[in-house]
Amino acid sequence: MKILHGSAILLKTLCLGLALNTAVLAETQEFTLDNGLKVLVKEDHRAPVVVSQVWYKVGASYEVSGLTGISHALEHMMFKGTKKYAPGEFSRIISENGGNENAFTSSDYTAYFQTLEKSRLPISFELEADRMRHLTLPADEFAKEIEVVMEERRLRTEDSPESFAFETLMATAFQTSPYRQPIIGWMADLEAMTVDQLRDWYQRFYAPNNATLVVIGDVEAKKVLKLARKYFGPLPSSEIEPEKTLPETEQRGIKRVVIKRPAELPHLMMAYKTPSLNSTLNNAGSSPAWEPYALEVLSGILDGGNSARLETNLVRGKELAAMISLDYRFTARLGTVLTISAIPAADVSLDQLELAIREELERISTKKVSKAELDRVKAQVIADDIYQRDSLFYQGMVLGIFESIGLSWKHADDYVPAVKAVTAEQVLAVAKKYLVDDGLTVAELEPLPMDPSAKRHATAGESDYVH
Amino acid sequence: MFIKRLSICILLFCSAAVQASPDIQFWETGSGARVYFVETHELPMVDIELAFDAGSSRDGGMPGLAMMTNTMLAEGAGGRTVDEISRGFEDLGAVYANSAGKDNASLNLRSLVDPELLKPALENLRLVFTRPDFPEDSFERERSRVLVALKQKQQSPASLASDSLRSAIYGEHPYASPDEGTEDSLQAMRLEDIKAFYKKYYVARNLTIAIVGDLDRKQAGQLVDDLLTGLPAGNKAASLPPVKPLKEAETIKISHPSQQTHILIGQPGIRRDDPDLFPLYVGNHILGGGGLVSRLFEEIREKRGLSYSTYSYFFPMKQTGPFTAGTQTRAEQADEARRIMLEQIRLFIEKGPTAEELAAAKKNLTGGFPLRIDSNSDILRYLSMIGFYNLPLDYLDTFNSKVEAVTAEQIRVAFARKLNPDHMVTVMVGQVAGLAEGSVTE
Repeated sequence: MKILHGSAILLKTLCLGLALNTAVLAETQEFTLDNGLKVLVKEDHRAPVVVSQVWYKVGASYEVSGLTGISHALEHMMFKGTKKYAPGEFSRIISENGGNENAFTSSDYTAYFQTLEKSRLPISFELEADRMRHLTLPADEFAKEIEVVMEERRLRTEDSPESFAFETLMATAFQTSPYRQPIIGWMADLEAMTVDQLRDWYQRFYAPNNATLVVIGDVEAKKVLKLARKYFGPLPSSEIEPEKTLPETEQRGIKRVVIKRPAELPHLMMAYKTPSLNSTLNNAGSSPAWEPYALEVLSGILDGGNSARLETNLVRGKELAAMISLDYRFTARLGTVLTISAIPAADVSLDQLELAIREELERISTKKVSKAELDRVKAQVIADDIYQRDSLFYQGMVLGIFESIGLSWKHADDYVPAVKAVTAEQVLAVAKKYLVDDGLTVAELEPLPMDPSAKRHATAGESDYVH
Repeated sequence: MFIKRLSICILLFCSAAVQASPDIQFWETGSGARVYFVETHELPMVDIELAFDAGSSRDGGMPGLAMMTNTMLAEGAGGRTVDEISRGFEDLGAVYANSAGKDNASLNLRSLVDPELLKPALENLRLVFTRPDFPEDSFERERSRVLVALKQKQQSPASLASDSLRSAIYGEHPYASPDEGTEDSLQAMRLEDIKAFYKKYYVARNLTIAIVGDLDRKQAGQLVDDLLTGLPAGNKAASLPPVKPLKEAETIKISHPSQQTHILIGQPGIRRDDPDLFPLYVGNHILGGGGLVSRLFEEIREKRGLSYSTYSYFFPMKQTGPFTAGTQTRAEQADEARRIMLEQIRLFIEKGPTAEELAAAKKNLTGGFPLRIDSNSDILRYLSMIGFYNLPLDYLDTFNSKVEAVTAEQIRVAFARKLNPDHMVTVMVGQVAGLAEGSVTE
């Protein structure tokens, strides 16, 4: 039931817990400017506020070896000035107008957003249109900003044993798919990155015909369109060269990896190869279109709250896990994984924990789920569909994600009916088909002592990835 | 997903004000609970927050007791098992959550308003806080899970730094100890302690209720009456002791294998009812509170590229909440980052903001007012804060005018009154080579 973006494990360290669901957005209006910019507007008149988001179809999964992290580094540099506005001016102007702003990069998209009092929408449009085509990318600013990005990598990945292990899990699970690359990039790539590479990346992907403008709030769609024409209309389009994404080579057996890091707790992570909605629809005929929805229901039955199976049977019940969570990346652009992440309870080994998790998966792969479980997941999806409308930002996220991964936002409307139509037989079928050893990767975080002298040894180089 | 800057996962100063502030309805129940209600009819849903004056400041020498009590409520109640309680919410699409901080411990319910869904969810919630069973096996499991969580904190330099800073700022005060407790306190904890804590603090006179959603006043009144059936009136919790100011500067270095050194600088800050609150709020916005625009952000990140995240905040509480400034950078640059942070704090205390900075901050805070109350969940947060801290009902209506009224001189005076740059605690966690571990008085 989760539209996930990026890695859920990383997400949980952020405030912005956006792992919610799709909303039915029947009133969304769609326009396309002559230069190819897609404009989506949803009126929501609850408060005199507007959210404006610009989504680009580029992210870590567009990157090639040697250039990992470039989409994210460019996102940072988008705040560093255009011909018209000096570095930092963008943020200063938004701030003076009472706005909240930020940006985020995932595997499949890069997005920039502002939330403003509704009359100030033109300010956001003017600034976003300006930096869509006129970024200056000064070398001195890049020299500082890439240091910031490396500090960000230290903060999020190097110094977090769990994030570090998750990065290794992904790099192991995927052999040829670009999902093997971390969004923030490998440190060696960050160290070698040049501002000219960023300039090329910017030229290649930042154009109106590779972007979606999403506006949600107390606005009139027609007026938004007029404003969009005024500010974004004059921008020239580009020829967007299609990226050459390697498909994931078929996995033919279980993969195991051990990651040794200074840590207090062991950690178990398991990834099963699964299709996403987009990968299913893009390979028409390869597998039925209901499968991703059945995987959503399966995820809910295993991990959709305190009454779900993993919490009920493994945290309570057998008391083998201190913490357990499951994520399925339904809205991934490419074929994806369903991941389970768990910390063993005191005095429980990773082997015992893995065995118990696999018993749960075996059960759901051999025996139909009960009607009560199916009904619960559907009740949650129906309720969440309403709850999510409480957030303008989230409503924009849903539209932006669907458009950016190559599906129409209209697919968001299908979500609730498609989940409601899922049967117990279909849940059994996807469990049987995808929760199999041949598509499984297991990563174990093996704690090294926290003692700094031991640590110095462990981090003597950047090459301590254990594959 | 990567965000350009980490936001701080706490409610800083709650700010808001103009145009359409929500109409807050207030009443007190016969048993003494205080209710704050805002009607919003656009979505068929309701959010309810019950905040008890039962946070970790009430631990009474047994750190972790408030949080464990709060956790244990839904582990079995009114004869229903934890599994039945969980299904009792989730079968209906309702969402139950609980949390415990320093000042209060709360329970939250989000539900659709269809009576067939809302009524049973409310009855389930009622049992949770009026008739908890506190089963022994759940207690043993949850204690064991908290002990695991404590280990997890030990591997996080950020958690180590904030625990250490808080302990140094608060010394013997109840705010000093970690909300989760310590290994010793958890081992010593008995079910009887939890039952006694529950009986004393989970009472109507100690309760503030915030409700936002698609109900009218009559429905909300009935909802509260039904919900509180069986909750004794009890007694209001006693006032907490005041926080003593620090007498000298202190630097604490903790060795940790992280590549980055986490740096925190802090001192006791202000109480929620402090008359300096607005000058400090606006002033801190300029120093380190303004997201991508602040002095610390400019000096640490934009000018020097030293760190991904840097910030400062006052966290007003019942008693004096902390002032904290923080950043993190690789070990070789840690001393430089620390020096710049201290310099910036000192400079701000001495000179205050420029006229331009003040004007820009006011524009941000007042111009952004509508954003702060643009959803039910935002309104609920303000409502709960207004209720728990007994703020005036026109808090949101007067917010912008109070921001506008702040002068540069008031900011300078308020900062100088509340913060002493010579008595700051500094915590550094990381590969603090060359310097002895432990506490150094400077």
